[in-house]
Amino acid sequence: MSTPAIELKNVTKRFGSVIANDNVNLTLEQGEILSILGENGSGKTTLMNMLSGIYYPDEGQIFVGGREVSIQSPKDSFELGIGMIHQHFKLIDVLSAAENIILGLQGEEILKMQEVYAKINELTAKYGFDLDPKEKIYNMSVSQKQTVEIVKVLYRGADMLILDEPTAVLTPQEIQKLFTVLRNMRQAGKSIIIITHKLNEVMELSDRVAVLRKGRYIGCVETAKTSISELTEMMVGEKISLDIHRSQPQDAHKRIEMRGITVRNKEGVRMLNKASFVANSGEILGIAGVAGSGQKELLEAIAGLQETETGGEILYYAPTGETLKLTEMTAENIRNLGIHLSFVPEDRLGMGLVGSMDLTDNMMIRSYRETGHFFAHRKAPRELAEQIVEKLDVVTPGVDTPISHLSGGNVQKMLVGREIAAQPIVLMVAYPVRGLDINSSYTIYNLLNEQKEKGVAVICVGEDIDVLLALCDRIMVMSGGNITGVVDAKSTTKEEIGLMMTGATKEKADHES
Amino acid sequence: MTLIFTFIQQAIGQGIAILFGATGEIMTEKSGNLNLGIPGIMYMGGIAGLMGAFFYENHAKEPVAAIGFVVALLSTLIVSMFGGLIYSFLTISLRSNQNVVGLALTTFGVGFGNFFGGSISKMAGGVGQISVKTTAGAFRASIPGLSQIPVIGPLLFSYGILTYVALILALATTFILFRTRRGLHLRAVGESPATADAAGIDVTKYKYAATVGGAAIAGLGGLYFVMEYLGGTWSNNGFGDRGWLAVALVILALWNPAHAIWGSLVFGALYILYIYLPGLTRATQELVKMLPYVVTIIVLIITSKRNKPENQPPASLGTVYFREER
Repeated sequence: MSTPAIELKNVTKRFGSVIANDNVNLTLEQGEILSILGENGSGKTTLMNMLSGIYYPDEGQIFVGGREVSIQSPKDSFELGIGMIHQHFKLIDVLSAAENIILGLQGEEILKMQEVYAKINELTAKYGFDLDPKEKIYNMSVSQKQTVEIVKVLYRGADMLILDEPTAVLTPQEIQKLFTVLRNMRQAGKSIIIITHKLNEVMELSDRVAVLRKGRYIGCVETAKTSISELTEMMVGEKISLDIHRSQPQDAHKRIEMRGITVRNKEGVRMLNKASFVANSGEILGIAGVAGSGQKELLEAIAGLQETETGGEILYYAPTGETLKLTEMTAENIRNLGIHLSFVPEDRLGMGLVGSMDLTDNMMIRSYRETGHFFAHRKAPRELAEQIVEKLDVVTPGVDTPISHLSGGNVQKMLVGREIAAQPIVLMVAYPVRGLDINSSYTIYNLLNEQKEKGVAVICVGEDIDVLLALCDRIMVMSGGNITGVVDAKSTTKEEIGLMMTGATKEKADHES
Repeated sequence: MTLIFTFIQQAIGQGIAILFGATGEIMTEKSGNLNLGIPGIMYMGGIAGLMGAFFYENHAKEPVAAIGFVVALLSTLIVSMFGGLIYSFLTISLRSNQNVVGLALTTFGVGFGNFFGGSISKMAGGVGQISVKTTAGAFRASIPGLSQIPVIGPLLFSYGILTYVALILALATTFILFRTRRGLHLRAVGESPATADAAGIDVTKYKYAATVGGAAIAGLGGLYFVMEYLGGTWSNNGFGDRGWLAVALVILALWNPAHAIWGSLVFGALYILYIYLPGLTRATQELVKMLPYVVTIIVLIITSKRNKPENQPPASLGTVYFREER
């Protein structure tokens, strides 16, 4: 056997007390396509970022072509012939494809674009890309932009390519095109790693599959000798039981009903495809799915923050017996009905809180309209902030502290606490425990349970299946903008949800497991 | 007919100072720095050149035009680059707010110009008494021979050297921005510093170079004004709002210095149009003086409606870049 293209030995990476990669071993052979499979937060991207020079491993060794190397920066990585295609493209909109491709390269001062075009055309012809080097990036579809990124690393002479979730944003036809290109590159001797969580693509494309789970390396199998169900098992692992108090739903009534809602993003890609579901009062409905499967669009459609395509409707059955069409109402009116959304984005701040404002002011963002005259009242929001601080054990020097000075968990407590204090009838939370430690997470779980017992219809988007299984009454699974099924949280299995997250419908998932 | 010739000549005379300012500001803005200190820097450049020439002519027994020329030019370049350097240090290295620093620099620059202008006027014996005839003569000298050709001569070749420098600089800056590797890198820095950084481009270096270089070019506009336009003297606030017109011209030219050439002619013409329009009262004069700004607003409306990305300001304009914020 020839020397492996890349070899990782006992690589460990920590962020503070969180271990992102724990003792990972991985080998990429020359001229193969290796898939790295794992759920969100399993450490796939972190691991690859150590190869692309963005992070530096705390422990362990990296070998490239049999030689031990130290990759300190993206430049080092590129000089070793490693090219990474990130999920978020690093391209400049107003420049052409060719200009983006040569950006940062040294060379003759006066640009000879004809020569650059010729070299790019040569590359695209060789591997079967479809790319006009003169085209401006802002005129391109997502798939064309990805092509530019791939050609960029090839142009710089990379022979080991790492693609981070390359198919997440592509249509099925574009995915097939990409796979053809990747196979052509393998043919030409390039070694390729693709990071993914889509099992069917793994089976279709790769030679071998390495599985990561919660930062740990689980194993590496040959694609030809494995099955989807074996991979799912490796990916999701054993069920962990969490001790979250769950009461029986009392007196459930229909609250929200979505019928055939479709949402497109600004590039015209369907983020939500004819979604229909029902959320009941006095119940927690969990939404599972890999990030970007349409969860955010779904919640925002209910909150009136998303344009939906005509044909669908969202109905709200008020406790008074009225039925209202939310699709015809403004976000403000929807909120006044008691339908509240609290979305915890990746950076926690940014949606719903203003970092440089203090706790009281952040409470006022929601309530400043209530007094109805020119001067805003500060007393009530101040009391509210004090109440939340006390009730949820928020660690802060006082309510006059800018919220950005608080730790992440405490920021989230304020965010969720504010929504709950408004006594919602429908409470939607997305990633409420993102980045929180165990104790803070439990505080949030208990808050959600309390709301449910009060008869609130709670919709909770989560990342961790174990948590959803323990917390929710029903779990709705989404994949690529589709709702693949709704299951009873008490009787379903982790594998069933795992399969549905990868796009299998409930019936098929039942059959497989 | 002669009236039209004079009008065009006058319009060019008004436009050149604005063209310098706009070329410098475009170069700066392409790096993502919105240097609103340009009007102040033009004042600083103007007074520095004048002071250089003034002290040289006062101290030399028999002032030589060529030396006066070089002294004035160097004084302008050094002082205006220093202005650009202050701006760069505050916004790039210390990451202060660009608008605040820019406006402060303009306030400072105008005061700097008026203070030293007043001081040397006093030394020269009173307001309007400064005269650097020899040096100004060098700046005002027109091309011999060519300027004698009838019609074309006065129209195209009757100007001092800085007029042609302004045109060449505008064209050269355009070439550098759009045809060279450094220009590509500079545009990348202005559009998305994070992307440029990831591609291995030294963002800080490019921002400093473009801002300091841009300030030097803009400073020449001030020098042009005191030497060629005024003929080597100073009047407080005499430069007026030409610096702001230069900033407005950047928008009219859609961040392309080559477009700024005809734009500066349009602005120059509109700036003095009130003198040539018959029957204007004092009040209507002021309305006509608004025209350059009205044109800028109209261009802004049209370009924002057409929404062509190339015609938009550099995407990172006005924001400071933190590498850690990726």
